Amino acid sequence: MATKLRARRHRRVSPTSESRLAQWTLIGLSLLFMGVILVLPLYAVFHEALAKGIGTFFAAFAEPDAQAAIRLTLLVAAIAVPLNVIFGLAASWAIAKFEFKGKAFLITLIDLPFSVSPVISGLVYVLLFGAGSFLGPFLKSYGIEVLFALPGIVLATIFVTFPFVARELIPLMQDQGTGDEEAALSLGANGWQTFFRVTLPNIKWGLLYGVLLCNARAMGEFGAVAVVSGKIRGQTTTMPLQVEMLYNEYNATAAFALASLLALLALVTLVLKSALEWRFGDEVAAAER
Amino acid sequence: MEVRVANVRKEFDRFPALHDVSLDIRSGELIALLGPSGSGKTTLLRLIAGLEMPTAGKIFFGDTDASEKTVQERNIGFVFQHYALFRHMTILENISFGLKVRPRSTRPPAGEIRRRAMELLDLVQLSGLEKRYPNQLSGGQRQRVALARALAIEPGVLLLDEPFGALDAQVRRELRKWLREIHDRTGHTTVFVTHDQEEALELSDRLCVMSQGKIEQVGSPDEVYDHPTSPFVFGFIGDSSELPVTIENGEVWVGGRAIGIPAHDTPTGPARLYFRPHDADLIEADASMAGVVTASRRVGGTRRVELEVGGDGHKVEIDLPFDHPAGEKTRLSFRPKRWKLFPAA
Repeated sequence: MATKLRARRHRRVSPTSESRLAQWTLIGLSLLFMGVILVLPLYAVFHEALAKGIGTFFAAFAEPDAQAAIRLTLLVAAIAVPLNVIFGLAASWAIAKFEFKGKAFLITLIDLPFSVSPVISGLVYVLLFGAGSFLGPFLKSYGIEVLFALPGIVLATIFVTFPFVARELIPLMQDQGTGDEEAALSLGANGWQTFFRVTLPNIKWGLLYGVLLCNARAMGEFGAVAVVSGKIRGQTTTMPLQVEMLYNEYNATAAFALASLLALLALVTLVLKSALEWRFGDEVAAAER
Repeated sequence: MEVRVANVRKEFDRFPALHDVSLDIRSGELIALLGPSGSGKTTLLRLIAGLEMPTAGKIFFGDTDASEKTVQERNIGFVFQHYALFRHMTILENISFGLKVRPRSTRPPAGEIRRRAMELLDLVQLSGLEKRYPNQLSGGQRQRVALARALAIEPGVLLLDEPFGALDAQVRRELRKWLREIHDRTGHTTVFVTHDQEEALELSDRLCVMSQGKIEQVGSPDEVYDHPTSPFVFGFIGDSSELPVTIENGEVWVGGRAIGIPAHDTPTGPARLYFRPHDADLIEADASMAGVVTASRRVGGTRRVELEVGGDGHKVEIDLPFDHPAGEKTRLSFRPKRWKLFPAA
């Protein structure tokens, strides 16, 4: 009996494991695909950026236009991400903890920016605040420029990135229910105490995750911003726009230098995310659906 | 503290969960709200807590009207079925939470909070675990922490929502005994919700049996078990057998034959006879019920047989000595020594 069992174990590790050939074919295919689609382009970015030596690479960042683009990108993210955190928290709180009519509709609406082309998201603001609209000239008479200026870029970025935080938090908060909040209230805590001491700690990993994704997208957004920015060099060009402009001017090294900075941002986001998952694996796993 | 629930009605989206419920809870008693799911017992508990607000009616804590007060103002201790411990806080932080969130004017100093939390940890027999996190404790331990946390704010009333519902049978029995001890020591007015009649009968001073948003009966475990006032309570508490009968000439008739049970107080016509399986005596007399054994199983020290009585296929259960030779198709005559008649609805 015992020898029989051992013999069987030798032949197959488990009933769900495939043969060696199938395993290696699948692994090989995935690696090949990732190599061609992801690693190779990433390598190309850094290779091209450093092609004319490290000096030229850093010279690209010394350009006043490049610096202005980096500053603008950081500023836009610094405004859009906190606003989306507040919006995401409010929306997911409302959806997870209350019952109201039109809840399903609100959830669908939150997903809208995912399904709408970013170019259209930009055009919406052109229609709203453009010269032919009602709002544009009205705000202009008070000296507020929306289109081809910072407010427009920020608005477009918020629109494109607002699902990230909410999408991350809604399933998490729905899953956690209202038990902890009720417990805190029954112990005498007021609304703010309950939020800061109970709700927020319960969702912190999901929130951080959402913020990371939101930030990466806010800094990298191209389509929507391109429509509303007007691409005034040194004033309304963000990093992705600057990359495109430099590239169109055949200034490949500078374009790829700036692009490498964006790629680096993506890599940092990924590393941070993995580090969080590794360090707080259980909590993050619990925080996901 | 006394709690008085006066004519409370509660609707969820026009769906009534409680109809006109009134209940007086005595100071210092341990009372169980017992009923099947959907009976409104948890809703009643949450209304007392202030986690829900009544559609109509009032709730008094002592002489003060608590109906309009928020859950924070009511000073209640609430224990949830799934513990609802704060997972990012240690056991000690969980227990101290209620004191730490008090406004500065009424908040005890940090040392005092710690001392009280440690005292409570000792009371729930978990000393030494203060630095652990909830997910490092067993279900039974978590529920004890939840109780300590609720007691920390020195509540006027302690409310427990199916406190042992998520635990296995062994731990459940231990905690039951332990909760009774804690109650006797601290003397809090305690209301707990359960669907487990055994738990309610063993633990409570009084129990309040609920069904379909109404209170069916309130009384001591003995009263409710021995003198159920409605067919629902008879069927829900303890084992019971039930049979449709006819009342004629002040006697109970089954299948065209008088069975030797007087029924002077029940109106003539159809009725339902209820009795406990262990109250049935085997007798050799014409005035008895007769049935054919259709199933038989050993239950502890007795044998429980299922009998088909009368011609209509109605089945009742009675208890026999475990060595009684009755097998399938055996014909038995019996008569309950205690019973209850309810007019047919």
